Amino acid sequence: MNNRSLIVSRVSRWVAPLIFVFGIYVALYGHLSPGGGFPGGVILSSAFILTLLARGREATLKRLPFGVAKKLDAVGALLFLCIALVGLAVTGVFFANFIQQRLPGEPLRLFSGGTIMPANIAIGLKVAASLFLVMFALSALRISTDEKDEPIRTLEDK
Amino acid sequence: MVYVLCAMLLCVGIFGLISQKNVIKIIISISIMENAVNLFLVVIGYRRGGIAPIITERIYEGVQFAEKAVDPLPQAMVLTSIVIGLGVMALMVTMALRIYHVHGTYDITEILKSRKKAEQ
Amino acid sequence: MELLLIFMLLFMILAGIVALWTDELLSAVIAVGAVGIGTSVAFLLLGAPDLAITQIVVEVVALVLLIKVTIGVGVRTTSGTPSPKRLRLAAAVSVLLLLVMVRSFTGLPEFGSPVMERVDDAPSIVYLEEGLERTGSANQVMSVLLDFRAYDTLGEATVIFTAVFGALVLLRKKGKKDREDADGGEDEE
Repeated sequence: MNNRSLIVSRVSRWVAPLIFVFGIYVALYGHLSPGGGFPGGVILSSAFILTLLARGREATLKRLPFGVAKKLDAVGALLFLCIALVGLAVTGVFFANFIQQRLPGEPLRLFSGGTIMPANIAIGLKVAASLFLVMFALSALRISTDEKDEPIRTLEDK
Repeated sequence: MVYVLCAMLLCVGIFGLISQKNVIKIIISISIMENAVNLFLVVIGYRRGGIAPIITERIYEGVQFAEKAVDPLPQAMVLTSIVIGLGVMALMVTMALRIYHVHGTYDITEILKSRKKAEQ
Repeated sequence: MELLLIFMLLFMILAGIVALWTDELLSAVIAVGAVGIGTSVAFLLLGAPDLAITQIVVEVVALVLLIKVTIGVGVRTTSGTPSPKRLRLAAAVSVLLLLVMVRSFTGLPEFGSPVMERVDDAPSIVYLEEGLERTGSANQVMSVLLDFRAYDTLGEATVIFTAVFGALVLLRKKGKKDREDADGGEDEE
């Protein structure tokens, strides 16, 4: 797979970090402007998908190894659950917004909204890691239509 | 009128779901149906001349927000539904690739034929 | 405003019909992308910028997925057209369903006047009025999603986890045949 266009790979090297930063911004400012964890996560993963499509799997793995993505997926889900459980421990209500109840931030500033910002970060991590995992697994899959007997290539034997 | 058009979009999806034989076309039909249902839920929560349910500095000054904004509840539910749709589509796409690997085609009738032959 | 929405919906219906009609799989995938982008514009018209952002990004990723599964394996056209019997059945079912839906729309409020305007103690009114002071979030969609109804979001995260896990299991190294030939099946991820 060395027939990739030089222009595409060069431009993607410049554009991918910008997409990445935009994804972080969308996820962090979810409680103030349109956005939030879900679109932020998809934008973050699309930065990696761009690298994957334009520059191949080795360049992508250098930036985000497969094992790390798996762990980030689990960390995102567990972080979200932890926020809920801490709320249960502090106030006695599952998913209680304990930060906002104890020390409310100034409205319409970045540090307001209590648990909403950490929850957005958790969801963003989870969505980004899951989509990256699926896309990467799909890109690793090569199907030979001619000889069916040959087992397909997947992740393990790269 | 808007409701009926949403229903028509859903029916286009259902028509494709029943009539098509290609696995990819079936995935496409399900995607169209998803879009129609999401859009219908948001249309139900719309208020004529409504603004987005986001408080900005300007609105914060002169209140009246609750009388103007559109319904945030269906929007929140649809937001999760869209992302679930993407996850489900990833699952469907991998299933289709598996089907292609095993049978060498995306066509359902050919797959059924080859399966019958294998049974005999 | 309403005219624009109707125009977008007609555009989406047309794109959907094109997606089902054409034999070229690439055209079908692009047409379904047009449906998704039409949905995104319609969300923007309906005062839902969160949904518009999410929809457009999701549509791009879905398009990449679908192109991967068509052009990526070298399948370009559908083989054969559906039988007329199948087409008639599909048309009958969808027209019947359309009639049922149009009949049931009489019970819904008019377009432009949501349920929360009719019911005095609808939860949406509480969310809109008290959202800022109770959750501190300026974006009321996020305050509903991650505070008032965070439990739904937890279930949603579980669904994504299950879907992705299912996809990864399907993409394992050994197919079903190979696994049956080899030992029973203890090759977990």
